[in-house]
Amino acid sequence: MIVAEAKPIEEVLEMIDRYDKIILAGCKECVAVCAAGGEKEVQLLASALRTARKTTGRELEIREVTLERQCDPEYVEGIRGFAGDYQAILSIACGVGVQYMAEHYKTIPALPGLNTSFMGGSLEQGVWSERCQGCGTCILHLTGGICPITRCAKSLLNGPCGGSAKGKCEVNPEIECGWQLIIDRLRELGEFEARYTELFPIKDWSTSRDGGQRTIIREDLKP
Amino acid sequence: MDGVYVAGCLEGECHYLRGNLRAKKRVGHVQGILAALGINPERLQMYNLSAAMGGRFVEIAQEMTERVRALGPSPVTTGQGREFVAGEQEEEGK
Amino acid sequence: MKTASRLEKVLEKGHFAVTSECGPPRGADPDVIREKGALLKGVVDAANITDCQTSVVRMSSFASCLILKEMGFDPILQMVTRDRNRIAIQSDILGAAALGINNILCLSGDHQRFGDHPQAKNVYDIDSIQLIMTVKKMRDEGRFLNDDELTKPPQLFIGAAANPFADPVEIRALRLAKKAAAGVEFIQTQCIFNLDRFGQWMREVVDRGLHEKVAILAGVTPLKSVGMGKYMKNLVPGMDVPDQVIERLKGVAKEKQAAEGIKFCIESIQQLKEMEGVRGVHIMAIEWEEKVKEIAQGAGLLPRPKV
Repeated sequence: MIVAEAKPIEEVLEMIDRYDKIILAGCKECVAVCAAGGEKEVQLLASALRTARKTTGRELEIREVTLERQCDPEYVEGIRGFAGDYQAILSIACGVGVQYMAEHYKTIPALPGLNTSFMGGSLEQGVWSERCQGCGTCILHLTGGICPITRCAKSLLNGPCGGSAKGKCEVNPEIECGWQLIIDRLRELGEFEARYTELFPIKDWSTSRDGGQRTIIREDLKP
Repeated sequence: MDGVYVAGCLEGECHYLRGNLRAKKRVGHVQGILAALGINPERLQMYNLSAAMGGRFVEIAQEMTERVRALGPSPVTTGQGREFVAGEQEEEGK
Repeated sequence: MKTASRLEKVLEKGHFAVTSECGPPRGADPDVIREKGALLKGVVDAANITDCQTSVVRMSSFASCLILKEMGFDPILQMVTRDRNRIAIQSDILGAAALGINNILCLSGDHQRFGDHPQAKNVYDIDSIQLIMTVKKMRDEGRFLNDDELTKPPQLFIGAAANPFADPVEIRALRLAKKAAAGVEFIQTQCIFNLDRFGQWMREVVDRGLHEKVAILAGVTPLKSVGMGKYMKNLVPGMDVPDQVIERLKGVAKEKQAAEGIKFCIESIQQLKEMEGVRGVHIMAIEWEEKVKEIAQGAGLLPRPKV
């Protein structure tokens, strides 16, 4: 899922300072799972923002709404009926949701309440970790199911570098060396000889973010 | 609202096993939010006691009342802006 | 001989090679390079200029190499893939060769998190092994990475680094094999304090026959003090400084520690010279370049042969 976290509340307060009537829009998908922008977080944030506004002797009207997803036009359209009554939409969906709000409601500022960070999963309750950087050319079958682009700080394809120490990355001793993990896994799978001794060719980055904004079209699914 | 206190069972004696520990964490989290909003986090406290500790219950109520009285009305009540800046209090205490 | 590199010639003739390195300044002053170079005159067969080592901004290796060249040195251009994509890399390779730089050391480069601009975006379009492949392709096939023909191949002697002490230990010789397969011709190792462990690695390297394909230059660094030894032991990744080395320095008075460090360095070189497959030494005297001559002299490496 997409993992995001709440912006510091001071930053959000500054963003909404000039408004006194806003929509606070959450999302029931990824950001709900990582406890950043789901229905509960909408309630908590709305309460905190109203409280903060009260300390300045002013009021803040917040329309709380949590959409099924903020990345689908039909759900985003769901607030069409009342959006025009508000001065801004504070979205605590991921960056996609904020932009969808902006695209659908062109005359109302769309504000990000979260910092969207990475594609990852849960390790344990309260801990989420990055696993995928969307390079567009997946090679997990060649690296024992462990991504060198994401889990190696240098995205080496012929790693590890000379800074790998006791299975940890030189950049941060709390991060595991991605290539140590890959080597260990290849051994467990009996694929070490087959996979590790070959030279990994240079990557085509044009399918990743470096190629510019990406679009996927499925002709078979279009009406 | 100028103060809130949360009363939970003594640690290790929660009927729901870990409910009081979770509450402690959440109280800590909310204290952080209050500080960020410029509200003195001491207005929110958590206390642990058992249902049999009537005397302690009274003590706590008095303690909390005195604390809030000393702090005065909260910024939410007065609407006169921040009463607290996170980090400053610690420096003054040094 | 594939290039006009003096280092290549020295190795080809079977001499024990000596290289060292200069760290460029954090400013636009060419005299810093000239002064460091002057300390190495007649001492080395070739000299590296580091490329924003530990991700700290310094005068470029390319520019500094030219200053060394003017002084009569055979410079080794260090190039990291952290800061440049394949377009800039191929372009710089052509430029370096055009200006008479004969050697290149291919590195991935320390992550920007270590340096003075940790907020920078990194590149790592290709890794160090792919950089070796790139230089080889340009030189021996006369082609760019996209297979277009280039008009005049760059004649560069291809080097890389090796760290026998990094984890995982069991793949370190294999990693050297990969670099050899990619086309590397000379290697400078991370500085050696644990000669036993280095010896083990060399044996693996020799078992694989790599010492015949690749000239291995053993890295050494003189310790100035117990403090420096401890720093390197504990805070530099991929470094193995055995306790007895630190104890040895501790065993002498503080003002004598530097001299003891140099003594240990010289002794190490003498031992390394005897190891099968070690074809030279790379003396890294970080911010202590004035000691390189003394070390080379003490280890019997001077004068350098005429080739």
